Amino acid sequence: MSTLVPLTIAIPLLAAAVSIVVGRWRWMQRVIAVTALTAVFGISVALLIGADDQGYVIHRDGGWPAPFGITLVVDRLAGLMIAVSSLVLLAVHVYAIGQAGEERRRVAFHPVYLVLAAGVMGSFVTADLFNLFVAFEMMLAASYVLITLGGRPDQVRSGMSYVVISLVASALFITTLAWVYTATGTVNMADLSIRIAELDPAVRAMLALAMLAVFGIKAGLFPLFFWLPDSYPTAPGPVVAVFAGLLTKVGVYAIIRTQTLLFDRPDYMGAVLLVIATLTMVIGVFGAIAQDDMKRILAFHIISQIGYMIFGLGLFTVAGVAGAVFYIVHHIIVKTALFLVAGLVARRAGSSRLSEVGGLVRSAPVIAVLFAVPALSLAGLPPFSGFLAKFALADAGLDAGEWLVVGASLFVGMLTLFSMTKIWAGVFWSSPEEEPVGLAPESERAANRLGAPIGMIAPTAVLAVSSIGVSIFAGALYDVSERASIELLEPIGYVTAVLGEQEVDDEVKFEVDLEPVQAEDAP
Amino acid sequence: MTVLVAFVAAMLFACGSFLLMQRRLSRIIIGIGLLGHGANLLLLVSGGGIGPAPIVPEGADPNDYADPLPQALALTAIVITFGVTIFLLALGFRSWQLTRDDRVEDDIEDRIVARLDADQRESNDDDEDDVDGVEGADEEHTV
Repeated sequence: MSTLVPLTIAIPLLAAAVSIVVGRWRWMQRVIAVTALTAVFGISVALLIGADDQGYVIHRDGGWPAPFGITLVVDRLAGLMIAVSSLVLLAVHVYAIGQAGEERRRVAFHPVYLVLAAGVMGSFVTADLFNLFVAFEMMLAASYVLITLGGRPDQVRSGMSYVVISLVASALFITTLAWVYTATGTVNMADLSIRIAELDPAVRAMLALAMLAVFGIKAGLFPLFFWLPDSYPTAPGPVVAVFAGLLTKVGVYAIIRTQTLLFDRPDYMGAVLLVIATLTMVIGVFGAIAQDDMKRILAFHIISQIGYMIFGLGLFTVAGVAGAVFYIVHHIIVKTALFLVAGLVARRAGSSRLSEVGGLVRSAPVIAVLFAVPALSLAGLPPFSGFLAKFALADAGLDAGEWLVVGASLFVGMLTLFSMTKIWAGVFWSSPEEEPVGLAPESERAANRLGAPIGMIAPTAVLAVSSIGVSIFAGALYDVSERASIELLEPIGYVTAVLGEQEVDDEVKFEVDLEPVQAEDAP
Repeated sequence: MTVLVAFVAAMLFACGSFLLMQRRLSRIIIGIGLLGHGANLLLLVSGGGIGPAPIVPEGADPNDYADPLPQALALTAIVITFGVTIFLLALGFRSWQLTRDDRVEDDIEDRIVARLDADQRESNDDDEDDVDGVEGADEEHTV
């Protein structure tokens, strides 16, 4: 089982290399990419089942023991994340193949997309803070290329701010790593969990806040989200879908991982997270209300939804973190589906601005249905997955007595529904106020009753159905989330699993030996 | 020595942050470069003091030797920073090719939203003209 873990990274990377070699034959690139992503999906599901069944699936690269070698760990949270992400990556890739557009003609699309997949997978399975940085960079470097793939002026402009912001975040990440290494002398997360606990509380607080800031930029938390709605909407349709679904969630995953595993969850951190969560939710949704472009509305909703996840984490209770984990799973699927629909609308109607599009409910009813399911789910209406996710969080919040935050989250849910209604009314019901430009070819529209090529409709439908699946199998999924949450809140299990029973004892002895050395180093 | 390196890193951070605040793209890119150097230097110095290469003979005290791990980490980080800076330069060049100017432009959509109120009084048809107007205004106020 443990040999499967590195394959989640190796397969996409290898496929990317082969995909460059066969760049001349587009069909071969497609076959390779789809095969690789399908394999990763299968492996991820197997790993999730394995991790849920027998606890941690640990791979020690080259057989080196934990604090020295490179360790990859799949626990329940990581298993859930890689399973959902690989499903989304596969669906979006099929969608991109089905779309006869700009990015399809580019040789670079397939290899870069596969590198992105490898980076996302790597971020989830790594058990090492520095490798987390490397996986982040892999993912981000690929995303820089994807976001500017067309080379249009607006893409270059927004891509530029995206790249600069990400680079600043990376420099901060390296700085934080340097601080962590200076203070503890290790970058292995399990090892860090032991050593950070021995540090001065003030140093601990500094490291915790520095990491929150670093990952907060990637996740789009309240004061650091400004880059997100500006840069996402200009990217090609499938690219923005996978960015919206996955990249910010990798940041949230890193926040959850570091704040639960590395630090001992002091009270002030819970308070800080709850305040940030509330502001992120409220300001994100207010931003969405003002927008006119469908993609931008959805981009602002990413921010407000990130707030919900941080809210669950900030409670630091089993129910809260379980709610957050469940919310992430639901959100990745729903958000990606919504952005894919935005791509369908843009293709069908030639624009994604509410003022320029209209009447799609009559001309393309399939797209309307595909929008309605994830949109209602996002707003949190009862039969859909969003309701269950929000209910879990609200319930956890009320148990913890956080009335204000729960109230804010319900208020934001209402505004989300308003926003979705606005898109529905603008795109599907109204008649277009302005003449749209760049319509899909007349012949294609007449020939296709679905409103878009089947290769684009099918993956969107798969994700919409998956989001319904999340609500049908919510019981089982919530149980897994709850077990993941228990795992997260008791990091000693992770630490012993990674370092081994014996090593944890040795570690403590080693620590005693090391104490005078560190004192020497300080001046 | 450590203090000196830390001071140099601090200076690099200060200059990098200052350059990041500029409106010209070339300066921002140099700022990113300096910031990256500062971070990498900090990573390098995080291993502690200087010492001989860490090939420790039997019986010697390992604490006398340099810590190789941060050096390896810094090397990796330098390669990554290098690669991404090159990409940023290419993007900056592309931007210059397209606009013949290396100013960072404002987000057009933000301004449209800000002017939505004014727009609603007129007919929605001159939305496009408005975008051009915004760009014109942009040119005037940033020199």
